[in-house]
Amino acid sequence: MADMTALDSGVMMAADGTPLKKKLKQALFLSRVRAFALVAPLLLFILASFIVPIVMLLWQGVHNDTYTKNMPLSAKALYEWDGQSDPTESMAEALVADLVVARDNKTIGRVATRVNREYSGTRSLFTKSARSAAKMEAPFLEALIDKDKDWADIEVWKAMKIASKSYTPAFYAAAVDMTYNADGSFERVEEQGRIYVKLFLRTFMVSLVVTLACFVLGFPVAYLLSTLPMRTSNLLMILVLLPFWTSLLVRTTAWIAMLQSQGILNNIFVAVGITSDDARFSLIYNMTGTLIAMTHILLPFMILPLYSVMRGISPSYVRAAKSLGATNWTAFWRVYFPATIPGIGAGALLVFILSIGYYITPALVGGQNGTLISNFIADHMQKTLNWSLAAALGGLLLASVLILYWIYDKVVGIDNMKLG
Amino acid sequence: MATSATDAFVAFDRVQKSYDGETLVVKDLNLFIDKGEFLTMLGPSGSGKTTCLMMLAGFETATHGDILLDGRPINNIPPHKRGIGMVFQNYALFPHMTVAENLAFPLEVRGMGKADREAKVNRALDMVQMGEFGSRRPAQLSGGQQQRVALARALVFEPELVLMDEPLGALDKQLREHMQYEIKHIHERLGVTVVYVTHDQSEALTMSDRIAVFEDGRIQQLAPPADLYERPDNAFVAQFIGENNKLTGTVEAIDGSTVSVGFADGESCKALSVNNGPVGGPTLLSIRPERVQIGAEEGPNTVEAQVLELIYLGDHIRCRMRVHGNDDFIVKVPNSAGHEHLRVGETTRVAWKIEDCRALDAA
Ligand SMILES: Nc1ncnc2c1ncn2[C@@H]1O[C@H](COP(=O)(O)OP(=O)(O)OP(=O)(O)O)[C@@H](O)[C@H]1O
Ligand SMILES: [Mg+2]
Repeated sequence: MADMTALDSGVMMAADGTPLKKKLKQALFLSRVRAFALVAPLLLFILASFIVPIVMLLWQGVHNDTYTKNMPLSAKALYEWDGQSDPTESMAEALVADLVVARDNKTIGRVATRVNREYSGTRSLFTKSARSAAKMEAPFLEALIDKDKDWADIEVWKAMKIASKSYTPAFYAAAVDMTYNADGSFERVEEQGRIYVKLFLRTFMVSLVVTLACFVLGFPVAYLLSTLPMRTSNLLMILVLLPFWTSLLVRTTAWIAMLQSQGILNNIFVAVGITSDDARFSLIYNMTGTLIAMTHILLPFMILPLYSVMRGISPSYVRAAKSLGATNWTAFWRVYFPATIPGIGAGALLVFILSIGYYITPALVGGQNGTLISNFIADHMQKTLNWSLAAALGGLLLASVLILYWIYDKVVGIDNMKLG
Repeated sequence: MATSATDAFVAFDRVQKSYDGETLVVKDLNLFIDKGEFLTMLGPSGSGKTTCLMMLAGFETATHGDILLDGRPINNIPPHKRGIGMVFQNYALFPHMTVAENLAFPLEVRGMGKADREAKVNRALDMVQMGEFGSRRPAQLSGGQQQRVALARALVFEPELVLMDEPLGALDKQLREHMQYEIKHIHERLGVTVVYVTHDQSEALTMSDRIAVFEDGRIQQLAPPADLYERPDNAFVAQFIGENNKLTGTVEAIDGSTVSVGFADGESCKALSVNNGPVGGPTLLSIRPERVQIGAEEGPNTVEAQVLELIYLGDHIRCRMRVHGNDDFIVKVPNSAGHEHLRVGETTRVAWKIEDCRALDAA
């Protein structure tokens, strides 16, 4: 005990008298700092370019202050209003004052769009009224109704009350085909307006079918690759990976050339007499096109984890099963197949999650009924500029993926997953 | 002992095997195994032991020749119909099944009822002293425990023939020795025929009824352990089994079962003729280190020896000497009381009996 002494308190001391624990911490501190410094650039990059934008976008799904920011006076008045009684003169006064300011600031367009989302057909009502708001005099409510009798419609005021709430479940409600009313209740939109739930279901369905198709097509290929000698299987693996080396767009457009009604496949069908010239199959710009192209593109994501798991399965398991009296099928089903489950899980999860958010391929080959939820998200981001709804749809998508992941963890166990 | 393919329980009849069509991994194998016998295939790595076992189990096909089980050729019978139990080197216990499920597997695929299955599984587990571990997964067992389970699984469906491919290879020395006795006892109790593969010679010597020494796809010698050690047929076996002193010389005369062998230093000695060539040809003498006497009187096989090195090993002393110009001649001197002590550099005389010195091929 020359270097180290235990005091009465039981704390171990290093040679220089400092407690051993503290000494150890000092020693580890430097290596911790270095480790952090090594990952810091990537961490910052991911934080700035990935995490922060995602959080901000998701934030927009529940937070939209277009109205509150640009129409502060009426927002306050609407907040105090119960949403059922007739609009009061003070609400109208606040509104007119706000309209004047919003027109001057050129923000009236944005406000009009925001309210229009809650009650369509009100856009021009706002822009028109704002133009003459500066000349309006008390009583303002009557002045407004004079200008446009729509101001007498209580629904307009209800729509404004909803829009004036910065924190609102309205977008999430819209994302599941519900409307959020001024009195705080929810209500399903009428029949022909319900699109998103259907789209979500369709997206899940497509993802499920694509995952199944990838599994059915990929499993035998992975099995073959894993049983071949290394040299041959490496060569064949290049063929599996080939799609990764061509651009996604090229691959998708190649499918258009293959599948269209005057395309290669249909020409062959006609030539061999499977179908007649005037009854060519419609294989593209519909669900079929989406399924075919997505299965092809996502197939490697199934084959790779399966292959790596299968490579690791010692042939002695199947041999043991056979020596114990199992037929080829029993040996496969009872012994080999269970050993591939980590690969199946990883592949299926990968393919499913990728296809749930797939965008380009369905957009190009999906036509009317082959588009998926991500195409609508993109639409809201780029065309209708309803970012809040896009965020709500995206948020739901993210949540469903997380739930899936959680279920997978519960059922198979995430540490069982083998990605390669 | 079976001498022909038809009255043996297991027979390899002129079997050849090639994987690539260029080289023969097994060259002309003839091996007849009796019912209830414990036969060990012993040989260096790559000598074709596993290949032979795999052909017997049905996972490889013989390129040429017949393999017979109980007099019937089995070349065309698939592995699962051969009814041969097998213990693999890495045990190959199914990781997703419990120990009991692993053992029930062979019974289940044979369509046995649940109650019978459970009774047999329990009996097999008790036999290897693993009765309490039925509900564990293989990953929760130690190497030795997994080994026992693998053994029980290969025996639970009562096969008449059990193959074991280096089943103890992954265990530490002490456990290995313990398991050797256990396997031996189980074999004696059940009377099954065992074909056992190992490259550990002491394991082979302890357990086997007969040992087939493999080298380069051929059986070099097939004999009971004592014969193999005491009476090796050729230089490879003499070298491979136990420790061995070799002296190279030339055959000078052959007189019945005795040969005179001359050495490069001009001296000569007499040896037992086993596998030597004709007069004038080279031969290799094999003498076990413990069969050499130190400080002997003048005699037919007495020669001057200089002590080069002494290693103290407790129960005996290893003494490296120069004998007939060979610097690696080892003599084991028992550490008995009153024995005279040697000193390095000292010259003494060593002697051996004619029958302890075997003239073999000079390979
Ligand atoms: N599947 C195979 N394909 C080609 N060659 C093989 C194959 N299996 C074994 N060999 C070759 O056959 C020879 C004998 O192999 P085998 O496995 O029978 O040796 P072994 O005696 O069991 O050796 P070890 O003690 O190392 O297990 C070796 O040279 C090996 O390279
Ligand atoms: Mg082997």
